[in-house]
Amino acid sequence: MTALLNTTRAELRRILLWPATWVLGGIWITLQLMFSYAFPFIAYRSNDPDAFQGGPSDQLLASMLPPEAPTIMIQGTPMFGGAIVMIFAALAVGSTYNWGTWKTTLTQGPGRLTTMGGMAAAIGVCLAGLIAISTAVTLGMSSLIAVIESRDIVWPDWGDLGVAVGGTGLVLGMWAAAGLFLGALTRGPALSVGLGLLWTLAVENLLRGAANLIDGFSAVTDVLPGSSAGSLAGALGAASSGSEATPGVLDALTGPTAASLLGIYLVVFLVGTLILIKRRDVA
Amino acid sequence: MDDNIVSTDRLTKRYGDHPAVDQVSLSVRRGEVYGFLGPNGAGKTTTLRMLLGLVRPTGGTASVHGLAPGSPDALRRTGSLIEGPGFFPYLSGLENLRVIARYRGLGRRDADEALERVELTSRGSDRFRTYSLGMKQRLGVAAALLGRPDLLILDEPTNGLDPAGMASMRSLIQSLSDDGQTVLLSSHLLAEVQQFCHRVGVIVGGKMAYEGTVSELRGSRVLRLHADPIDRAMRVLKGATASGADLADDEDGRPTLTADARGVDIPALIRELVAEDVDVHSVSVNERSLEEVFLTMTEAK
Repeated sequence: MTALLNTTRAELRRILLWPATWVLGGIWITLQLMFSYAFPFIAYRSNDPDAFQGGPSDQLLASMLPPEAPTIMIQGTPMFGGAIVMIFAALAVGSTYNWGTWKTTLTQGPGRLTTMGGMAAAIGVCLAGLIAISTAVTLGMSSLIAVIESRDIVWPDWGDLGVAVGGTGLVLGMWAAAGLFLGALTRGPALSVGLGLLWTLAVENLLRGAANLIDGFSAVTDVLPGSSAGSLAGALGAASSGSEATPGVLDALTGPTAASLLGIYLVVFLVGTLILIKRRDVA
Repeated sequence: MDDNIVSTDRLTKRYGDHPAVDQVSLSVRRGEVYGFLGPNGAGKTTTLRMLLGLVRPTGGTASVHGLAPGSPDALRRTGSLIEGPGFFPYLSGLENLRVIARYRGLGRRDADEALERVELTSRGSDRFRTYSLGMKQRLGVAAALLGRPDLLILDEPTNGLDPAGMASMRSLIQSLSDDGQTVLLSSHLLAEVQQFCHRVGVIVGGKMAYEGTVSELRGSRVLRLHADPIDRAMRVLKGATASGADLADDEDGRPTLTADARGVDIPALIRELVAEDVDVHSVSVNERSLEEVFLTMTEAK
């Protein structure tokens, strides 16, 4: 346990001092600010009721206020949030092959599983931090807009917010685990990031398109990682269709089913990563 | 108690049909500096990687500190630098050492001390990516020294170092040896190995070609004498050596007396030859350098 704690602290230190961590975290927060607040607010302020994908302006304003914070939190995670943390985790593992640091870290004594466990735990801590910042930014921006528009600040249902934070953690955790697995599988940053992005942004969408043509194929596509993440977001209030539909959000599965599948994928990716790290030679 | 801190028995690593390391048996004794020699691609680094648990053997056995290679207890008592240093390029040298120290459960002071030991303190706050090859190598050695491990496994530690850096590294390894640390050192700089290694192992084409002391490897020193008259010179020489003398023509067809030079007092021999009215044309003691032996050994393979 002490070895795992030492390894986690060491990995956390080097990850927090890594510029890529802050760049990717900054990108996620910036995207959230732009797509959840800046663009809708500009559209709302333009006084054109059809400016934001045809949505009525009151509805547009309501979508930015504090009661909607749980939905705002989760809606961007299935596609862009997932892609960003997948890139982060794939880089964190894949780059260590490029830098030749595996041979350094794996010869310090904690053991292979503990070393990889420490890296995964450190990435988990970073994700928790990112979700905490994202929650604070969401509540802060929603409150700011309420103040600017002279609306009462009505806080969201804290239980709903807790579920949204948990759902966000599950979706991002699953994609991070996928990134770890790809980084270990490909033993490099470039291929792991490329494959991960191809999957999250293209392949699953194409497969869902194919499911419309082939009877019964949707039974497969509905349980893929992206579909599960999108379904959880949909079950927690993000719009999967209509004028406010968010890319990646689906209604293919119920919330509990989607959450269970995400949990299974998370465990499978983590175990797969540990097996790869444990069994392979470090050249 | 086993005096060997590292031992392997027919250790083998095959990649497909190709044996990178083929039944290598070696032993490193506690407290010695062991030179592991071999041409490029001979299997030195693969052997060292197996000793650290980075690469799994496909045959044979090995033990480090009496434990399985790569086991946490064995690794905690071993410092290593394998095939060039591997560090995080965006961190400073000192920050890298602090991260590695945390892996070992050590503190900042240990990192500071290790950096000081390799004389890199003044550049400790610079990013690793800005380091020269020699500085990177020294940082790698500093990481190996963290926690003062009983055993150091250093793969070509003088790679990329300038003459001053090499001298400094030599003196560092010597001081480690003086402190009683065991050093398993692979190097292609044979003059260095000759200077401070107690024993050497030579690996050629994946197979162990020799293991023993440097002097044993180099063979005996041979005394050669050209003198006239040769029979009188032979008599004097036989009296001066314990193992007798031989007469044979050298490559120029000159009669040459040869004898084992061990224990022969050369000035006294010359004085006696002159006193016996022998004309001494030349006296030489030939000693093969480790490099000559090594080249002969590797070319023969």
